[in-house]
Amino acid sequence: MNFVARFIRSPEGIAGLVLLSLLAAAALLAPVFFPGDPLAIEGRPLLRPFEHPGLPLGTDRLGRDVMAELFHGARASMIVGISAAAVAILVGALVGTLAGFGGGLIDEALMRVVEAFQIVPGFLLALAFVSVVGPSLTVVVIAIALGSWTGPARLARAEVLSIRERDFVAAARVIGMHPLEIAVKEVLPLALPPVMALTSVIVAGAVLTEAALSFLGLGDPNIVTWGSMIAEGRNVLRSAAYLSIVPGLGLVALVLGVYLFGEGLVEALARREGQG
Amino acid sequence: MKRAWRLLLRRSLTSIPVLMLVITGTFLLLENASGDAADAYLVAIGGGDAGYVADLRAEYGLDRSVWVRLWFYISNLAQLDLGQSVALNRPILDVILERLPVTLWLMGSAVALSFVFGSLLGVLAGARPGSATDRTLSIGSLALYSVPSFWLGLVLSVVFAVQLRWFPVSGIETIASGKTGLARAGDIALHLVLPVASLAMLYLALFLRLMRAGMAEVWRQDFVLAARARGIKHHKIILQHIARNALLPLITMLGLQAAGMLGGSVVIEGVFGIPGFGRLAAEAVSGRDAPLLMGVILTSSILVILVNLAVDMVYALLDPRVGASDPA
Repeated sequence: MNFVARFIRSPEGIAGLVLLSLLAAAALLAPVFFPGDPLAIEGRPLLRPFEHPGLPLGTDRLGRDVMAELFHGARASMIVGISAAAVAILVGALVGTLAGFGGGLIDEALMRVVEAFQIVPGFLLALAFVSVVGPSLTVVVIAIALGSWTGPARLARAEVLSIRERDFVAAARVIGMHPLEIAVKEVLPLALPPVMALTSVIVAGAVLTEAALSFLGLGDPNIVTWGSMIAEGRNVLRSAAYLSIVPGLGLVALVLGVYLFGEGLVEALARREGQG
Repeated sequence: MKRAWRLLLRRSLTSIPVLMLVITGTFLLLENASGDAADAYLVAIGGGDAGYVADLRAEYGLDRSVWVRLWFYISNLAQLDLGQSVALNRPILDVILERLPVTLWLMGSAVALSFVFGSLLGVLAGARPGSATDRTLSIGSLALYSVPSFWLGLVLSVVFAVQLRWFPVSGIETIASGKTGLARAGDIALHLVLPVASLAMLYLALFLRLMRAGMAEVWRQDFVLAARARGIKHHKIILQHIARNALLPLITMLGLQAAGMLGGSVVIEGVFGIPGFGRLAAEAVSGRDAPLLMGVILTSSILVILVNLAVDMVYALLDPRVGASDPA
């Protein structure tokens, strides 16, 4: 039985896949359905949903099309979530590999740095970083990665500690490969798969952190995000609460989709191991 | 007990270099912020001439090199002096100590509630892995865990504060209510219900999942099989053999989550207008108050270290294997 077949047997995985596909479609098709700037004024402010045929979800306080904002917001959340996780896992795996393979003083020094990053609340670090460098999509991605690379680093180090004792590493040394080359080319690829298992948790965390940052007004001001929509809707919470509630539902759907998809993957992998 | 103290001593010693790294790193990061304390002060008072600016910089020590200033900062820290807040024009330590209790109450209540109910529900789910109860609780907790806490806070406040008017919308107590003693405590508790609930829901889901996963793990161990073979009743196995063993990872998770909880308090306190430690961080950012932000980050790192030390101690007391192999 191949991997896809095993994945399909997990109801969680299917639910996650469906949620993620829908949201990914929304994100990819946002420029097709809603060309032009989603931050442009499209109609009278605070139109109720279904009041105007062209604006199915109505408009916000500034007369912007809520539906267009939602679609473009999906894009921002997914881009930030995926890129921050990619940066965190790559940097973490690299640092962990160097620490584990280098051993001794290098290991000691790198792990102290990892610990230092672990005791600073990641959200405060992101807050400080964005406020110093200035809000843009790239900065937000780096800020989030700063707080989430330590998990991958520790896991990669633990993996490398066992991999480095294997014969092929000794063989690589014998043929005269540079230790750095062995670490990056031979050891890192083997240490990566278990670290990848952290992906769903890191992506979900990144999406939530990005939302919280933009909620506090520290997101890229030129991009619509669900977090900034919630913050914007908060101004009219008493009269038009749906403006805050709807983008939040988008966030829940995305994060839940990521978790469910991750569970499905883990289950599918576990089944393979169970069958030998 | 001696074993636990030895562990505590060793852990505290190893956290000193880590803390120094945090101080240096944060200092250098905030050093790159555009504008310094003199600029911030000038904006506040409406500007001044170049000579005054130079005097101000000399007075603040801003004309020295980065490393000299870092050294000054660290030597002041050794005397528990976190410096002066630019925006609030008060000693930072005073401001932090004033704001911290509210946040500790908020987080303490949320953690206590979520720990109790989360582990209880986790026992319920883990009692029969794969059962309908287990499936429902697992999916439910996953859904709950996907909810952004600040959004949950907003939804709760729309429903329970704006629509139903059961709880106040924001703040920590009714302003100028003249309440004292128990009446004041009750007032504060009423204000804390919604923020505590929004934080607790999230952690309830986490503890539930962890407890359930831990129990599923313990079920597979040989001693459980042995207990069943001896004919011990099902519920007794669950409570005395499985749940007890599955509880330890939850305590570890408390330490791991301490940093996340402090970060989460920033948005929750923002949503509910609670003048706590978390909102101080947001205020420092919006007020471009680098020394204050530095103080907040430093204090939260120390809190995280303290929580982890406490967790290690509890763990060492509960599990006789921990620290037993340490050289004396």
